[in-house]
Amino acid sequence: MTAALEVRKLGVEFNGHKALDDVSVSVARGESFGLVGESGSGKSTLLRAVAGLAPVSAGTISIDGRELRRGKRNRAFYREVQMVFQDPYGSLHPRQTIDRALLEPLAIHGFDNTENRIVRALEEVGLGKGFRFRYPHQLSGGQRQRVAIARALVVEPSIVLLDEPTSALDASVQAEILNLLEQTRKDRKLTFVMVSHDLAVVSHMCERLAIMQGGHVVETLPASALADHKFEAAYTKKLFEASEGFQRKVHTEAPA
Amino acid sequence: MKPLLDIEDLRVTFPGRSGSIQAVRGVSLKLGRERLGIVGESGSGKSQTGRAIMGLTPPQATVTAKKMMFNDIDLLTASARQRRSLRGRQMAMILQDPKYSLNPVMTIGRQIIETLQTHESVSRAEARDRALAMLEAVQIREPKRVFDLHPHEVSGGMGQRAMIAMMLVAGPELLIADEPTSALDVTVQLEVLGILDRLVADRGMGLLFISHDLRLVSTFCDRVIVMYAGRIVEELASADLANAQHPYTQGLLNSLPRIGHDRHPLPVLDRKPEWAL
Repeated sequence: MTAALEVRKLGVEFNGHKALDDVSVSVARGESFGLVGESGSGKSTLLRAVAGLAPVSAGTISIDGRELRRGKRNRAFYREVQMVFQDPYGSLHPRQTIDRALLEPLAIHGFDNTENRIVRALEEVGLGKGFRFRYPHQLSGGQRQRVAIARALVVEPSIVLLDEPTSALDASVQAEILNLLEQTRKDRKLTFVMVSHDLAVVSHMCERLAIMQGGHVVETLPASALADHKFEAAYTKKLFEASEGFQRKVHTEAPA
Repeated sequence: MKPLLDIEDLRVTFPGRSGSIQAVRGVSLKLGRERLGIVGESGSGKSQTGRAIMGLTPPQATVTAKKMMFNDIDLLTASARQRRSLRGRQMAMILQDPKYSLNPVMTIGRQIIETLQTHESVSRAEARDRALAMLEAVQIREPKRVFDLHPHEVSGGMGQRAMIAMMLVAGPELLIADEPTSALDVTVQLEVLGILDRLVADRGMGLLFISHDLRLVSTFCDRVIVMYAGRIVEELASADLANAQHPYTQGLLNSLPRIGHDRHPLPVLDRKPEWAL
């Protein structure tokens, strides 16, 4: 079976700095794949390189077995692959209503019946018709992220790239958005690639994940391996321990 | 033993277009030489509580309380001048993001010395020595090099250590840390917390740790206060977190994804209007 997304020996350079170096990742159709790492690990750069937002200097990216030739992406690609960004405050146009935000991708891709599609997309993400003509500043962070998800889903993509979709949200709102994402993936049989610094979130959402550090993939493992402590890389262990919270080291020397 | 900080019925009120808004609505707490955590989501009033104690409430807002004692000083009647001499010397605050809370056009060393010279008359040489010693105490490997760097030249974790050094150099008794590690990577976060923990314990300070991260606070602090809509809904020892009584605390704990717990969908928080009464 061909992979929905295949990245081979990918390199990304910014002014001579190698943000990604020889990274290979393969995501099967319908799979949910996680990328975990700290800032500067290249996890977001990998996602952005797939979406065409970072300059690729080496390697190949294939969608459904079709390689992107010389990094060129046609309109079908942009319909097929959609992205949800971290900060819902920054990713929605402040002077445009929700209706316009959802209409624009539909117009670009020549969809008909836009009225119905917009209403349906809003309903799917748990926002009623009442939200349609509001502005982003009239919505809470969680509601804005729902709009961003609706905007990605409205053009019926098959692959959704999620860049820290819940890290700007409160813990209780995070649970709602994660549930919404899982439900839409099930309903629409979507392929997810999700970036997060939170190991617990990724292990909850994804079947497999890659641990990244310094532009390399350190380890790729199934999410179940985390629960069973079956990982090899020292860095994975460090991240795993950090996810459990603070651990007070017993002071060896006597207090002064 | 007399607490370091004793607050009763603290209220912070902001004027709004349609009547005033109370961000903090009757918070009472006592803090000794211990680590106390305040947890809540955005808008719960946790940061405004910390700012009111420091005397950093925005001028348009009003602070009222039945009692607000720091050692033997009544913070309610203290003059602005008195409050200024307290800040930095006896109580200090660490803010979230060193990128925004350090002065970008001053070297790290000068910023630390500035704190010291504001409160003590020390010679330039002694100030420098103490600043360097402080940088060493926050486990910066080359204190002499970092001393002459500007904030943009250091990483987030290093910047936050410099911030801790600056706040502790005058030897305060109370430290308020408002999301001190939220802008840092998880592994760096733990290093910084470890340093903070050591210093607070060694110097016998009281620490008020404000954070949205229930898991982190409960592993770091002795006691935890949970705030919702400007009020304290629950106060408990960190070890008892699993036995939290209030449905908000329980809901918050349950809604966190955990490694090895297969719960699909995640239980979501069912907000009851009576919590905010």
